[in-house]
Amino acid sequence: MNEVITRQEVVAARGIKVTFGAVKALDGADLVIHAGECVGLVGHNGAGKSTIVNAINGGLTPHAGEISYGGVRAQHGISTARANGVRCVFQELSLCPNLTVNENARIMHAELAGWNWRSRAGALVKLQLQEIFPGHGIDCDSTIDDLSIAERQMVEIAVSFAGLNQKPKLVILDEPTSSLDAGLAAQLMAYIRRFVGEGGSVLLISHILGEILSTSDRIVVMKDGRVVADRSASEFSKRSLVEAMGNVAREKEWQRAGDKRNGAPVLAMPARRGQGLAFEAHRGEMIGLAGLGGHGQTETLLDLYLSRNSNWWPARRKEIAFVAGDRSLNGIFPLWSILKNLSIASLGDFSARTIVDRDREGALGNGWKKRIEIRTPDMENRILSLSGGNQQKVLFARALATSARIVLMDDPMRGVDVGTKQEVYDILRLEAAGGRTFIWYSTEMDEIRLCDRVYVFREGAIVAELAGDEITEKNVLEASFSGGEAA
Amino acid sequence: MRISTSTIRLVIPAASLALLLAAVFYMQPRAMSYTGLNLLFNLAVPIALATVAQMLIMAVNDLDLSMGAFVSFCACVTATFLQASPTLGVLIFLGAIVAYAVIGVVIHVRELPSIVVTLGMSFVWGGLAVLMLPSPGGEAPGWARWLMTSRPPFVPMAIVASIVIALITHFVIMRSSVGVLIRGVGGNVRSVERAGWSVIRIRAGTYALAGFFAVLSGIALVGLTTSADANIALRYTLLSIAGVILGGGEFVGGKVSPIGAVIGALTLTLAGSFLSFMRISPDWQIGAQGAILIVVLGLRLLLNRLEKREKSR
Amino acid sequence: MNGTRLLFSKPWIWSFAATITVWIVTVLFTGGASSLGLSQAALTFAAFSVIVGLGQMFVITLGPGNIDLSVPATMTLSGTLALKLMDVQDGMIVVGLLVSILLGFGIGIGNYVLIKLLRIPPIIATLSMSFIIQSTAIWTNRGLRIKPPEILASFTTSNLFGVPNIAIVALILSVIAWVLLEKTVYGRWISAIGQSTFAARMTGIPVDGTRLVTYILCAVLASICGYLLASFSGGAALNMGSEYLLMSIAVVVIGGTAVAGGNSNIPGIWGASLFMFLVVSMLNTYGFGAGFRLILTGLIIIAVILLAGGRQSSR
Repeated sequence: MNEVITRQEVVAARGIKVTFGAVKALDGADLVIHAGECVGLVGHNGAGKSTIVNAINGGLTPHAGEISYGGVRAQHGISTARANGVRCVFQELSLCPNLTVNENARIMHAELAGWNWRSRAGALVKLQLQEIFPGHGIDCDSTIDDLSIAERQMVEIAVSFAGLNQKPKLVILDEPTSSLDAGLAAQLMAYIRRFVGEGGSVLLISHILGEILSTSDRIVVMKDGRVVADRSASEFSKRSLVEAMGNVAREKEWQRAGDKRNGAPVLAMPARRGQGLAFEAHRGEMIGLAGLGGHGQTETLLDLYLSRNSNWWPARRKEIAFVAGDRSLNGIFPLWSILKNLSIASLGDFSARTIVDRDREGALGNGWKKRIEIRTPDMENRILSLSGGNQQKVLFARALATSARIVLMDDPMRGVDVGTKQEVYDILRLEAAGGRTFIWYSTEMDEIRLCDRVYVFREGAIVAELAGDEITEKNVLEASFSGGEAA
Repeated sequence: MRISTSTIRLVIPAASLALLLAAVFYMQPRAMSYTGLNLLFNLAVPIALATVAQMLIMAVNDLDLSMGAFVSFCACVTATFLQASPTLGVLIFLGAIVAYAVIGVVIHVRELPSIVVTLGMSFVWGGLAVLMLPSPGGEAPGWARWLMTSRPPFVPMAIVASIVIALITHFVIMRSSVGVLIRGVGGNVRSVERAGWSVIRIRAGTYALAGFFAVLSGIALVGLTTSADANIALRYTLLSIAGVILGGGEFVGGKVSPIGAVIGALTLTLAGSFLSFMRISPDWQIGAQGAILIVVLGLRLLLNRLEKREKSR
Repeated sequence: MNGTRLLFSKPWIWSFAATITVWIVTVLFTGGASSLGLSQAALTFAAFSVIVGLGQMFVITLGPGNIDLSVPATMTLSGTLALKLMDVQDGMIVVGLLVSILLGFGIGIGNYVLIKLLRIPPIIATLSMSFIIQSTAIWTNRGLRIKPPEILASFTTSNLFGVPNIAIVALILSVIAWVLLEKTVYGRWISAIGQSTFAARMTGIPVDGTRLVTYILCAVLASICGYLLASFSGGAALNMGSEYLLMSIAVVVIGGTAVAGGNSNIPGIWGASLFMFLVVSMLNTYGFGAGFRLILTGLIIIAVILLAGGRQSSR
């Protein structure tokens, strides 16, 4: 297996550094991909996988380091990368939802010019779909909007692998199976092996270690913006891979305080769309929502939140608060100071619904600044002057400062550094002991293991409930994939 | 077989046009003739062209509030320069189209809200029009007059022209590669960018194309009215936006339909005629147009709901 | 150094600086003879723009897509209806004002009902609404020109210590709006909604309630403005609101309110309103025609938006 090193380079990224504000997304990472190999790329959220992918496909110019295609250093950019046969299937779907399958193929393949491109595009995609997912049943004249999520992902994968005049040299797949079922995923993995066998290369990013181990020739492990391991896949096992990612089973510092399920639930919801299990939360519980990303956890949180919150009248007493995960999308108010961002949810508590009491607002801000250690000289500074981790702390403080007894958290630790995480965990533990209920969607196993009880999601429904010592990575993964037992 | 979303999007505008037409015929059977139809749809051509222009801008998620002022400007140029010295007139139009492309580039590069930039431009176009024609006047070029008043056999010119406009724009926007790119920018800019296209050029081209159709709208308008004034088409801004929406287009997401837009323009034209047939007092004519707009949009919401329910099943 | 920073942190200073420049240039041309008259006229006419601009500003602060195009029709209907109701009787002045305000309430609610229930984008919803309002105004007016009550007419056209009464009314409304915006929970809410509607919803802000109140506020201000304008100009005309459609948006934008939402600016509206009036009168004094005035107005709007820049990058 070691002879791969002597093969021709397709893409080489060496010593890449990228920083976003105060956050070092990549800190001197190397990644070389040769012709005819499938490289698996694993690492935790925020380890720098997506960033290095963006550097390779030209979407992001690194602040240091060099990238070469086919051994030649070239000008950096999307078109250079594409000219060198690099294609990318992104984590979030990147098709145009208003166009048909054919038309999307036209956009992705500039060489489909001239008359009659429509039928040629159709033939191209159809052939490729047939090759990767035999028996797919997708109509190439339908609009992407009309397809299911899985079908969209299949189309995107097929369009990326397709080539009119020449096949792509390198296809980057970022979580390609996140919305495919097991059968389709297996078809894709089999195709990757065929594609690699014909001399193409694939960079496969996935949280599903089984996929990575069975499909890749070589596995690269990233952690904190660096490559920490780069070895042949046969040298890894699931366990050693997890260890390399830095997942050394941490001492459980959080002793679960027995079963808190007594009395009436503070929050309950019947099974979503009549499938799976019902949801229940009790006072002082820390409940985890687990499963693969995008399988209905966020929607459940939104449903829970919106059902308890009037859109028309200000609430007399806040009973539920929300901590956003995607800070820029649904968390911070970028034009405001740190203080205003922190106090917005609790204005009603100290303002009698009309004039804002600036003194009490300032006192609240200073209290939380000390308690949660927001690192800023002045709470009047703009929120954007803070690092990502500190912005996230402000969002936590915003929720905890309210009188709400239930706090929903939508994967709030995404891309937050380890130090901050530990600080916030400590506060959460204290608050939970004080009787607050936390409902916590997380994509990280470490955090799921901190919970008292866990609901595992699959395809929009709760498929399993784990409590206490049942909460292990193995059980969660099993439930995420098997479909679980309907109870 | 499943009916595609784009077909569904066309059903409501077509149905509302047919319904309105049926109502007109019921109330005024004499309208069911060559001359009657010609009268009913007389002003449809310039409105349809302006609607198509607005639709192009809306396809890239922008909005052009200067459409009416620009069409007025073009009408003034047609009635003065284009009539007196055609070369100069054509040059002015080329300049105006380039100006549109530049606006597109400026909006894209500085990430400005299109509403405000085009609001400013509406003053500029209006001012230029006033400079050219301080009072109503000018004269239509003979060929424009001939084209707009010609009487093809069986079907009146307004309808023939509308069908031609619908077919040509359908081909350009819905079938050609250029159209795919334009709608792609509206649907998902990042995806178009990642595929290696220059979004600036696409936007500039879209704006230029919109400017071209608006120029045609101005020429067609003067061909019908024989003279121009600086305020001749100010209501086209709102008419064109309403036409696109009536035709099943949407403000964001690159969801537009050229055939729908032309139908929307015809519906709006007909609504005006319909109201006068209804013997609705002139006081309420504008209001009734507003009500028609609301009713059609309400119907569309209903249909979208049904469609969604169908899909989730 | 500090001065420059101040200039850039407070964009409305620009509009005031421009206003003063234009004022000086105009007064110089007439040899100083017109300075008092010019200032009074500027304050009076700016006051009308300020009143409608305030309402439009609240709506624009709600974020992209939010705009109220029914402002001119509302002004017309309010002026027409109020004058007809008062019927030149001094005793009816307060009743007329109350009816105006009530009308604004109704229109605001109507606008938001269309936006919310029919999910029509605000620009089309308020446009359709304005058609209906305009028709109602035509129907009410019937081509009659009813004079305002004597006391009201003299109030709107006279001065207090040299300051036009209308300007004082606008100033009072501005102060109220400023308190509303800067000091109250409601002000925080509309700013939050303008920056990110979804985030606002997720912090527990009653988004629909807040937006409804804002559209009502805008319509009420337009109504009050129509009432005052009709009284000032000695009767309601059917086209009296039309110039305020673009004006209400222009003064908000030139005044430094972020078009992308979330950030509003009341002093800027004053600066912009005065500026817009003075530019027109300067060009008039220098003998430029309507064409040049329009072109210059347009170029100013574009220049301001170019200088102020688009949406600030979120990083």
